[in-house]
Amino acid sequence: MSGHESSYTPTNAFTRWLDTRLPIIRFAQDTAINFPTPKNLNYWWTFGGILAVCLATQIITGVILAMHYEASVDGAFASVERIMRDVPYGWLLRYIHANGASMFFLAVYIHMFRGLYYGSYKAPREILWILGCVIYLLMMGTAFLGYMLPWGQMSYHGSNVITGLFGAIPLIGESIQTWLMGGPSIGNQTLQRFFSLHYLLPFMIAAVVILHVWALHVPGNNNPTGVEVQDVEKETVPFHPYYTVKDAFAIVIFLIMFAVFVFYAPNVLGHADNYVEANPLVTPAHIVPEWYLLPFYAILRAITFDLGPIPAKLLGVLFMFAAIAVLFILPWLDTSKVKSMRYRPVAKQFFFGFVATCLLLGWCGAANPDDAVIKALQGEPKLVVSYTENEVEVTSEYKGGGEAYHDAKSFMDSLPADANPSLSAVPAPTFQFRHLSLILTFCYFGFFVVLFFIGLTEKPKEVPESIHKSVLKRHKASTATAIPAE
Amino acid sequence: MKALRLLTAGLAGLIFTAAAHAAGGAEHPHPPEGGWPFDGPTGQFDQASLQRGYQVYHQVCSSCHSMKLMSYRNLGEPGGPFYDPAYPNPNDNPFVKALAAENEILSPTPNEVGDFDFRPATPADRFRSPYANVEAARAANGGAAPPDLSVITKARHGGASYVYHLLSGYPHDDAFVKREVDGETVTYVDMSKMGGHGGEHGEGFLKINPGQYYNPYMAGDTTPNYEGDPRHAPKGGFLAMPPQLLEGRVEYTDGTEATVEQMAYDVAQFLAWAGEPKQEHRKSLGVAVMGYLLILAVLLWFSYKQIWRKIEH
Repeated sequence: MSGHESSYTPTNAFTRWLDTRLPIIRFAQDTAINFPTPKNLNYWWTFGGILAVCLATQIITGVILAMHYEASVDGAFASVERIMRDVPYGWLLRYIHANGASMFFLAVYIHMFRGLYYGSYKAPREILWILGCVIYLLMMGTAFLGYMLPWGQMSYHGSNVITGLFGAIPLIGESIQTWLMGGPSIGNQTLQRFFSLHYLLPFMIAAVVILHVWALHVPGNNNPTGVEVQDVEKETVPFHPYYTVKDAFAIVIFLIMFAVFVFYAPNVLGHADNYVEANPLVTPAHIVPEWYLLPFYAILRAITFDLGPIPAKLLGVLFMFAAIAVLFILPWLDTSKVKSMRYRPVAKQFFFGFVATCLLLGWCGAANPDDAVIKALQGEPKLVVSYTENEVEVTSEYKGGGEAYHDAKSFMDSLPADANPSLSAVPAPTFQFRHLSLILTFCYFGFFVVLFFIGLTEKPKEVPESIHKSVLKRHKASTATAIPAE
Repeated sequence: MKALRLLTAGLAGLIFTAAAHAAGGAEHPHPPEGGWPFDGPTGQFDQASLQRGYQVYHQVCSSCHSMKLMSYRNLGEPGGPFYDPAYPNPNDNPFVKALAAENEILSPTPNEVGDFDFRPATPADRFRSPYANVEAARAANGGAAPPDLSVITKARHGGASYVYHLLSGYPHDDAFVKREVDGETVTYVDMSKMGGHGGEHGEGFLKINPGQYYNPYMAGDTTPNYEGDPRHAPKGGFLAMPPQLLEGRVEYTDGTEATVEQMAYDVAQFLAWAGEPKQEHRKSLGVAVMGYLLILAVLLWFSYKQIWRKIEH
């Protein structure tokens, strides 16, 4: 399965016997021990290992949680709390699992941005990248399904929003929505199928991870220079012990941060409303998804206008799915021959702009779309008196401070009794989150368009001849600067 | 170091996103003066305060609010208000048994002839619920069912501080004004007399609908009821619960003076404990885990340096 020659020699009679029947030791040796890995990988490359730990953690804690969880609308909320109170170390399992989802996404986003920066999606690694996108899609599905299981207010109303998205599809949308929910509305049957699928999808992720690793081991790792390995002797080291120890160090640093959340701020990434049991009759004031889905939520809500025959809601859904779909075709959108952005000065600026865009979209997703982005820039609201004159609705506006209120009030008093006046405050027009979301949505998609054209016109910096030369150069530079310091 | 820089950036990002979730419309519940003893990575509950808090819950709150996730045995578990090291099994703790027996409950299991009897509760029983079901709770409280308090501190922004301020933050008696409007007596809150709670409240009058109570810490919208400049409608909202913790409402068994703030403080701490009875254990285990991981990280760092010492990279 690996692209390199096997260096395994069975040492005793049993392993020789096994090797001719099921060469599983040879396989393990070739993929996890001797696998030649470029020696210049930096810490951004440790997130593959971190993600493997995240997946294993989620599956192990999840399997145990499922032993105690009750998938029913009457018992789900209480059973989650029972896990926290009466199951030995149940609180630990549940907090690891809930925060683990956030950690998993944090790691996967860094992993994806790393791939984007160093051009890891380019030939010969297109399939590797697409499999990664499939994993990401499955992760989002799993996280969404799992978020419903505690049966809190946000679980219920969040699921309502997401299943409602499918209802926006013309003609077949409502049927799909009903099919997903297992009925006309979210209920016990929905919770049970979501639980079933939440248990299934992680194993599908694990299966695609195997394909992902397979697709990695055929061309081998990309590296920060983006130049392929030319001399295995000089430019690579065996995966073990060189990268096992480096990954282990990075994993433990990651776990320290993970543990800070689990032990000292276990609910900070969640929403207080999800500790209120689901009540279909009471809708929370602000429905927001978990932080890792916020950028897509912002894109969904950014589209508030109809485009020809396409209503705004469907358009928002299309943009949201397109934001993920565009990642699948990225290998063919980027026209540059140079992989690493280290040597692409123009594209690099756009890359950092793209990262900022994604973070800001997350901010927009968490905010109320009607709120002012910068509160200080919003002017004083104006006062509007609405009343009826000759059976017609009339309004009268007042601006300014306290005297505007007195003016409005005395005007109201001067009106005849049948005018039925009412006073309200209308916020001053300002730059709202909905506007920022729309701009950022275009920036998001704009990045991929720009990537296409930059590749055609950009003049890249000189790319090193080989990994070996690049390392030598850097090594010399660092010793040269180190000498005067001594 | 690059990896560390990146992790801190990630952390900052996460906290930033989480902070963006904050709710609006109500006064921000700051912790009471001096903070909470259970705050921070090493914070512990004040057991005497927990005991008083249970007394307030039992004598005041429990007549309308259920705590369905709590059993009487929880009171005697490690970290609980009545934990006694002499009784590792709280079901044997005579004090907990006595506390449970103060409550008569409808037995959840049938007797030998299949009927459900009323009997004194045992430590294994759930806290007695004041109403048989949510419909009964709603009917008895003007249409608004009192929320279950088991996880109330986790279900509200501000947690225990929210409970503390809500209970002690109602307008004082001298802030109320009665006026005759169209032959009916209407009660108003004179916002200029609110004082003490959360600073500026403006000048206008807030109309109180019958059966409703104004509280600046309740999430809601006061604009429809505000007779004043609508641009400065007061923060807060209305709830169906009248102020409960009046001076001396309970007589503390330990002799502590039962001021409004003291009762609110004790019951808020009790509810914070009940919301997550294992949190002290969580924090103390966290110290051990962090220590282990830090040592492991140091060892791995030196292993990494040792293994890579001859490789230029």
